[in-house]
Amino acid sequence: MLEVQIYKKLAEFDLDVSFQVDDYILGLMGASGSGKSMTLKCIAGIETPDQGRIVLNGRVLFDSEKKINVPIQKRNVGYMFQSYALFPNMNVYENISVGLRARKVKDVDIVVQKVMQQFRIFELASRYPKQLSGGQRQRVALARLMAYEPDVLLLDEPFSALDEDLKEDLLQELKSELQISKPVIFVSHDKEEVNYLCDLKYKIKQGEII
Amino acid sequence: MQGSNLDLTPIWISLKTASITIVITFILGLLTAWWIYSRKSEALKMIFDGIFTLPMVLPPTVAGFFLLMIFGVNQPIGKFFMNVFGVRIAFSFSATVIAAVVISFPLMYRNSRGAFEQVDTDLVYAARTLGMSEWNIFLKVLIPNALPGIISGGVLAFARGLGEFGATAMLAGNIIGKTRTLPVAVYSEVMSGDMESAAFYVWVIIGICFIAVILLNLYQLYVRKKRSF
Repeated sequence: MLEVQIYKKLAEFDLDVSFQVDDYILGLMGASGSGKSMTLKCIAGIETPDQGRIVLNGRVLFDSEKKINVPIQKRNVGYMFQSYALFPNMNVYENISVGLRARKVKDVDIVVQKVMQQFRIFELASRYPKQLSGGQRQRVALARLMAYEPDVLLLDEPFSALDEDLKEDLLQELKSELQISKPVIFVSHDKEEVNYLCDLKYKIKQGEII
Repeated sequence: MQGSNLDLTPIWISLKTASITIVITFILGLLTAWWIYSRKSEALKMIFDGIFTLPMVLPPTVAGFFLLMIFGVNQPIGKFFMNVFGVRIAFSFSATVIAAVVISFPLMYRNSRGAFEQVDTDLVYAARTLGMSEWNIFLKVLIPNALPGIISGGVLAFARGLGEFGATAMLAGNIIGKTRTLPVAVYSEVMSGDMESAAFYVWVIIGICFIAVILLNLYQLYVRKKRSF
């Protein structure tokens, strides 16, 4: 379970949200610049809230009163970026293995092979991100973070970089891949995506849940 | 040109100086660029950037003046090296390297920093969420994705180090066979009226710099063609 309570002063408005996510998919909906991506970044540790508390499975990631701020590397969150943020200088295999090696995971090769099978990217192992289609990139990005078994998945508009006609298939695909017993937060401005994918949805406007 | 008494030592001294200089400048410039890139405070960035860029905008003689104030035989640090290690820095070969490093450093630093800043910040954030340490990110994400800019900074710094004159003349002097580099040799020969010898040194400098720039362009052509990664 993920418990979030964040207050952060932004240029245009104040971000002030609090919610909980259990082992289901929560949709955060809102226009661009409404504070939904900032919320994800605060949970991941990329941005620091001014005040608040973030607790993941009983583990305090951030607490402004107790001055706790666990570094990004130690939060064990899976963050899928809008543009997927695959490393252009590494092939698919290296993209997945580099984080596992950093985490000193045992039998990196076996874990990578397994996750590549699971996400049907096995034959793409030696390709570079530039040589992949949009859908393949999304699968690689998801495989890369599922490989280290994060405690929460944060998906930041994963469909905004894709063609419309591709989206439908990938939505189905993603829905089946997200049948996991972990909290998932899905951020999007698209109502259809959120309705299709999410078990529960919140709307964010001007930094507040409405 | 009187081939027999043409002094070739400036060529070797210059190549030696430029080679040692580029190794030091490359590493120092890269690490400094990374350090500045990683700072959060804009004010801190601006102040240190100003300090690190000064040697590039100041007249080299001014940089040379300060270097003399630091490494001169009668100055604290110069004295320290003299007393503790028995090494004289001013007017020795090492002075040509120090002068060239100081003058060429800003080119390396600025190009590397610019190249780092061009790298998509999401890549750095992604690397962090994946668990990579900052050093690991520097080596495996930042440097590979900023390489073209880093290399061009390195080549420009090399050429600048090779061509360094003002600060070198101040700190290292003009000792034949020891600190007389190619640019200093050109000046000396012109001053003594030997235009033919000066022209010879000039052509050697042009040759080396031209080759360096051509190699840089070839590398950038190669990178552009290989952009599939």
